[in-house]
Order: sequence, then C-alpha cells, then structure tokens
Amino acid sequence: MKALALGSVAVVAMVLAVVLGPAHVPLADLATSEIVRSLRLPRAILAFLVGGALALSGAGLQALVRNPLADPSLLGISGGAGLGAVVAIALHVTNPWAVPLAAFVGALGAMGLVYRLGIMGSGGVGLDSATLLLAGVAVGAFAAAVTTSIVSLSDAAQLRNAQLWLWGGLSGASWQTVALLCVYAPVPVLALLASARSLDLLALGEEPARHLGVDVPPLKRRVYVAASLLTAAAVAVSGVIGFVGLVVPHAMRLLWGHRHRPLFPAAFVGGGALLALSDTAARVVVAPRELPVGIVTALVGVPVFVLLLRRWTSR
Amino acid sequence: MDQPLILAVQGACYRYPGAPTDALADVSLEVSAGELHAVLGPNGSGKTTLLRVALGAAAPRLGTAVILGRAAATWAPRDLARVVGVVTQREDNLFPQRVRDTVTLGRYARLPRWGAESEADRAAVDQALTRCDAEQLADRWVWTLSGGEYQRVRLARALAQEPRLLVLDEPTANLDLRHEMELFELVRALVDRDHLAVVLVTHHVNLAARFADRVLLLAGGKPAGSGAPAAVLTSDSVARVFDWPVAVNAFDGRPQVTPQRHSKDDP
Repeated sequence: MKALALGSVAVVAMVLAVVLGPAHVPLADLATSEIVRSLRLPRAILAFLVGGALALSGAGLQALVRNPLADPSLLGISGGAGLGAVVAIALHVTNPWAVPLAAFVGALGAMGLVYRLGIMGSGGVGLDSATLLLAGVAVGAFAAAVTTSIVSLSDAAQLRNAQLWLWGGLSGASWQTVALLCVYAPVPVLALLASARSLDLLALGEEPARHLGVDVPPLKRRVYVAASLLTAAAVAVSGVIGFVGLVVPHAMRLLWGHRHRPLFPAAFVGGGALLALSDTAARVVVAPRELPVGIVTALVGVPVFVLLLRRWTSR
Repeated sequence: MDQPLILAVQGACYRYPGAPTDALADVSLEVSAGELHAVLGPNGSGKTTLLRVALGAAAPRLGTAVILGRAAATWAPRDLARVVGVVTQREDNLFPQRVRDTVTLGRYARLPRWGAESEADRAAVDQALTRCDAEQLADRWVWTLSGGEYQRVRLARALAQEPRLLVLDEPTANLDLRHEMELFELVRALVDRDHLAVVLVTHHVNLAARFADRVLLLAGGKPAGSGAPAAVLTSDSVARVFDWPVAVNAFDGRPQVTPQRHSKDDP
C-alpha cells in the first residue's frame, strides 16, 4: 500500500516533469515532440537518478556514522566537487564534459582525504565515525574557502556560472549523462543494498554488532566508499543539491521504519520523485528563466528539516 | 566432567599499546558445556580485557585463547556469532525498534546474505522470547521497557543466535533485587537444562558465589584464585582483592560475603 502510494507519487512526478515546461507542448504531440524527447525526458530521468542517488547515500551515511542528521554534503564530498567545478570554470575549459569531470575528480579527492583521516582516527583498522564527521566538515569548509576565493577573483560571467553550478541544476542533462549514470550507479547501489541488513545491527553500536556477527571495519569502509562514489557522480552531473539526502531518508524512516532493506529502495524512489518535482518547479515558476534546483530543495527542505529536528529533540 | 570444553584461555598476557605493565598477566580460564563460570574482580582488575582476549578481539602477547578447538582470533565474526552470544554492558538504540525486531537481529549470522528470515528463524526467535519469559513483550517498543525487561530481551537476542557459549558482562548492573534474582535463575536454568556454557563477568561477589560452578578471582590483571566458590572466596582472598575487610559466612552451602564496618561499636 505504502509502496503503491510512493510509486504513484514517482509516476506523477515524472509525468509532470515531461508535460510542464516553459514551452507549451500540446498533450497530443507529447510523443513526437523534439523538446520532450531530447530535453525534458532525459532531464526528468536524470533528476530522478540524481535524487535517488543522493537520498540513498544519505540513508547509508546516517547509518554508517550513527548520526541521524548526517547528509552527503556533510562529508566534504560536495565541497570537493564544487572546488573542482569552479577551477574548471575559471580556467575557461570549453569542453562540455570538463566541469562534470573536474567536479568528479574534486569529489574523489575530498573523499580520499576524509577517508584517510577517518582511518587515522581509528588507529589504522576501521573508520572512526566521529573523526569521519569532523574530517568531512573540515575538508568541506576548506574546499569552500578555496572555492570562494577563486570565485571572488573571477570576472562577472564566470562568477554567475560558478554561482549557478554551486546551487545545482540539471540543465546539462542529455541522454549521454543519463546513460553514463545508468552504467556507473548500479555498483555502489548494489553495494549499499547488500549492506542493508548489517547496518540494522550497526545501529546498536559497533561492539554489539560485532558480537552478532558483523565484520564491522569492512562494512564501514564499503558503505563509506559506495555512498561517496554515488554522491560524487550525482554532484558531478548536477552540481550541489542539498537536503534531498537528509530529508528524504527521514521521511521514509517515518513511513517504512528503520530496517534498511525496505528503507533503501524507498529512499531511492522518494529522492528521485522529490528531485524530479523540484526540478519541474525550478523550470516553471520563473519561466523562461530557471532557478537553481538546489534553491528549490533548500526552500522545501529547510522547513521540513526544522520539523524533523523538533521531533528528534522532543523525544 | 565429561562435558565438551568450549572456551580455553591459557596463560594469557596482554598489554595495551604503550602501557608499561600487563593489563592481563598469566590468566587462565576453562569453561565447559553445562558450566557457569564467574569472573570476579574490582573495577580495573582486567575482567573486560580477559573477555576481549577470550573472544579474539585482542591478541594475547603470551598464551592462547581457544574456542571450540580453534584460536579465538581466527574466527570470522559471522562464524563466531553462531557459537558465542554476548550480552554487552551497554548498547545504543539509534532508531526506535520493537522487541521482536531486535531479537530477530540475533539471527543475522544464520541468515543467507540476500535471503529473508525463514519459518525456522521465526520459530527460534519465538523460542528465545519464551525461554526468557519475554513473549508478552514481543510487540512493545524497546524504549518502553523497564531495565529488567530490557536485559531479558537482550538475553533472548543472544539465545536467538543458538550459541553454545553465553558471555554476560555485568548483566544486572542496573537491576533491583527481584529482577537481578530472576535473571540469574534464568541463566542458571539455561546452564542446567540446555547445557549452555556461561561466562559471567561481575563484581557482585555474592551473586557469583550463589550461582556459579566455578569462579576466577582477578586482582590487578593477575589471577588471585580459581576453582569452586567455597575454595576461592575466603575472607582473606576477598578482603585482599577488593581491598576492604569482609566476613564470609555460609548460606545454602555457598559462601556469602559481608563487608565490615570500620568501627565495630556501631549498633
């Protein structure tokens, strides 16, 4: 029943994403319209994949660091991606793949650095959750500082491009980006799904989990790497989109409970639907111009986040 | 004693990295099926370190730790969880959970990686709940349980692992008299009826003396006595280990320790 409702929301979101837009396409022409086929459809699918990836990796990271307020952007990955993208923009590289590639490299760099620090924090065996969080925040803040200094030295056009990228947008969507993500995402997604049951046990603490049969250090490494790779790819193709990875897992926990087996797929579908809806809103509300989609998710996400925070603290 | 040997720690020494002295020095512990073995000692006497060594979480500098004929450190966590159930001193509940779900986590090591719980798993969970007199709690939220109920549920989760050895680390730390006795009677029944091997770590001398078949007394990481409670728990040994004068009297044929007051003229 819940699954059916969530599925319907996702379908409605996708239909709206295809039907609505600044250019009016009559319903009868939907199937043949070039705008729908080469612009709106790949963009809607990309929005769904990116939203799903962000929400799934958020759900995984919350279980990994045992902190319900964790979010993909908290672990420094978005910061690293932002730095990479801004460097590519400042260098005037014209290849359309330059910015996503630079963002991806930046994300991997931040991920590697945070991972190293997390290993150090545990004395060399596993990943220490507290160190991971602190390292993520520190690396993210450092990357943001460098990013801002580059932006402040750029000329006006670059500044606007960089600013827009930093708030996220799916206007670069094409069938190629969709295909790329479809090839890339299954490995980290499967790695997370395979870890779902073990993460249920990790919620009790590392020692109880070990006594119940979980090999904790490899589990934490696997979840961290999978969630980070997923986030890195999502950020590379869409810029920094906040709150999807935080709010969606929580909403799904309220509906599905805390067992990660059903939670992970629900988070993916929920995140996909939310981002498809948000992107439609970003395209439509100020048409013919566009809002960065990160602004829409933040405008929706922050109030929801505040409500969630009240729930958690009042318990 | 023809019951199979489950756990054998022999002459174990362990030193924490950078520490000047051993946290555990030449300690031995043997536990067979159908035996309740208590490990007694004051805070910081090496009880927890001994548990870590016995369960393979820390490799001894000298000596050996063997579980069912195999070196403890070589067991994969998943394999070990099928033969050893542990009730740790504390755990968190990051997310709210129902009792039946938390007990089902005990089946983790016996489930196929991708498959769901089978009828046999559900039966094992029900049986574990029943053995711990917790079946009426099955649908409650864990956070609504009292301290005694919660410990019974955690014991049920360890039993759902279907272990041969049960390790209990201060299981009655926050329990009142009745719940403490209930839990110990339950553990004793598991030993007598189901021939579980039990290692009980505690600083409650009287409960250990009452329920254990054998006790190991630890002081500063060294063994200060090992054997039947009546042989080990004398007023001299207990007074020395816990650094407080005590009197020891027999009750039900077991030694019971009463700490002395400093001034004898109190009423």
